[in-house]
Amino acid sequence: MSAPLLSISHLVAVSRRDGKPLLRDVSLDIARGEVHGLVGESGAGKSTIAKAILGILPHGISISGGSIALEGEDLLTFDAATLRARLGPAVSLIPQDPLTALNPGRRIEAQLTDGLRLWKGMTAKQARERALQLLEEVQMREPARVMRAYPHELSGGMRQRVLIAAAFALEPKLVIADEPTTALDVTVQKQILRLIRTMQERHGTGVVFVTHDLGVVAQICDRATLLYMGKVMEQGSVRDLLDRPRHAYTKALMEACPRYDQPGRGLAPVPEAVFAACRAEIAAFDRAEAGHA
Amino acid sequence: MAEIVTTAVIEAPPRRFAKTLRALLAQPKVVWGGGFILFLIALALLAPFIAPHDPLAQDLMSGTLPPIGFAEHDVHFILGTDDLGRDVLSRLIYGTRVALTVAFVAAILAAVFGTLLGLLAGYYGGVTDTIVSRLIEIWMAFPPVLLSILVVAIMGSGVTSVIAAIAIIDWTRFARVVRAETMAQAQADYVTAARTLGFSRLAILFREILPNVAPVLLALLTLEMGIAVIVEAILSFVGLSVSSDTPTWGGMIAQGRQIIYQAWWVFAAPLAALFATVLAFNQLGDGLRRALDPVMQR
Repeated sequence: MSAPLLSISHLVAVSRRDGKPLLRDVSLDIARGEVHGLVGESGAGKSTIAKAILGILPHGISISGGSIALEGEDLLTFDAATLRARLGPAVSLIPQDPLTALNPGRRIEAQLTDGLRLWKGMTAKQARERALQLLEEVQMREPARVMRAYPHELSGGMRQRVLIAAAFALEPKLVIADEPTTALDVTVQKQILRLIRTMQERHGTGVVFVTHDLGVVAQICDRATLLYMGKVMEQGSVRDLLDRPRHAYTKALMEACPRYDQPGRGLAPVPEAVFAACRAEIAAFDRAEAGHA
Repeated sequence: MAEIVTTAVIEAPPRRFAKTLRALLAQPKVVWGGGFILFLIALALLAPFIAPHDPLAQDLMSGTLPPIGFAEHDVHFILGTDDLGRDVLSRLIYGTRVALTVAFVAAILAAVFGTLLGLLAGYYGGVTDTIVSRLIEIWMAFPPVLLSILVVAIMGSGVTSVIAAIAIIDWTRFARVVRAETMAQAQADYVTAARTLGFSRLAILFREILPNVAPVLLALLTLEMGIAVIVEAILSFVGLSVSSDTPTWGGMIAQGRQIIYQAWWVFAAPLAALFATVLAFNQLGDGLRRALDPVMQR
């Protein structure tokens, strides 16, 4: 097996305020061209992992152990300037909320060409042509009109397409999609998921797909990591995870998921006993860590 | 169809400009506020050609003549004369020169200085923010008029000192507003997006954040111009602005105050000019903010 594209090992993050652990010994590998789902409820640490990879953790969170390696280089050892130079062209983000992720005061053209001019050294004209191409690639209707529009003139789905175009503009090795469909309605969601998958396959990009929706995981991901309170509960290929869940939490989540193929099943609340078991598992882990230290 | 779209792209800049201009002209406040300011600028530039008399020419034989329409008026002196027989209208017209110079230069200086500090404090936070914020608070604890009199007293009177005094005092207005606005903008995802793209902090500050602060800034700038006109008048009134051989509105008010019972128009005319100018600046600022805000533009 060749070296993974991204390899996170034994990552520990704590809150600066009270030292509470937010990520507990998280390890995961992402191969080239793999779509990896990060699944979990609010506060499970999905976004924290995404932000840690991008080096944009808020001030309140610090990484206290482990490593994040992109193609074998540990990102955590880089200073800010090196990190920007390495990540800028190689890793990009599809943000959660397309309403705020585009600068309201700048035209789409300016926002799409920024990265191309910064990292690819393109002239304004070359960058504009490439941006037009990208908009066509994300199946935007009337790309020429969109180029000179301001974000408020576009619909939510169109904005998300622009952001996907921007994310793939630099041919990055890794794209981090932070719940890119949560702010969209369901019909648009499906198109956007399909688009991300198409773009990813065409460019051979690795994708970290943050979501709380197991249905989305089933649709788009190759492998997935299920988190609870910052700890990996289960990890593996999506087929295994969904068809043969080993962990009680995964099983309970599957029961809670509405299934159109099996009417009458699903929507079962996660039993309190499962949560209690998860919490006990985490408490045991914390005790072991404390003993270790 | 496709060809039409392509041509439109090439023609985008002029069309955009025309669109912005239309949006500006759709705001009545911009039209009349800006129109009045343009009128004042024209007066200031063309003062020697427009003013019916030399603003300094004294004619003691025709002192305190009332404006046209009142008893004993003289048709040559539309707004009457002061106690030294100088034409009030001509002095008013020449007075726009000092008023507008101070308004534009002082307000822009204060804006540049305050905006820079506000941007840095709002975006970098931490120690930078603490230092700038405390500085603003200390600064604002001083009574502004006294502080300006102090500055002029140290630097000596003259237009330059008045401008310096206003810029030194009023940068806090800009710093406070820009800081708050920057903090709000810095939270937005597009700033995160720019960060992950690898732009430097300064590039983000000036390319991403500043344009979004600009509408507020512009409104504040025109407001500040109005304030600068008033401060200049105050300093002229207490005799700390330019020397008395240059006509200023504040100087005219000070002079008119002494003879208010004999010749009220010497006092009232510059006061009205001052009032109208400040009102025009304020209305223009409000209109600009409405017209230029990309979200409100729809």
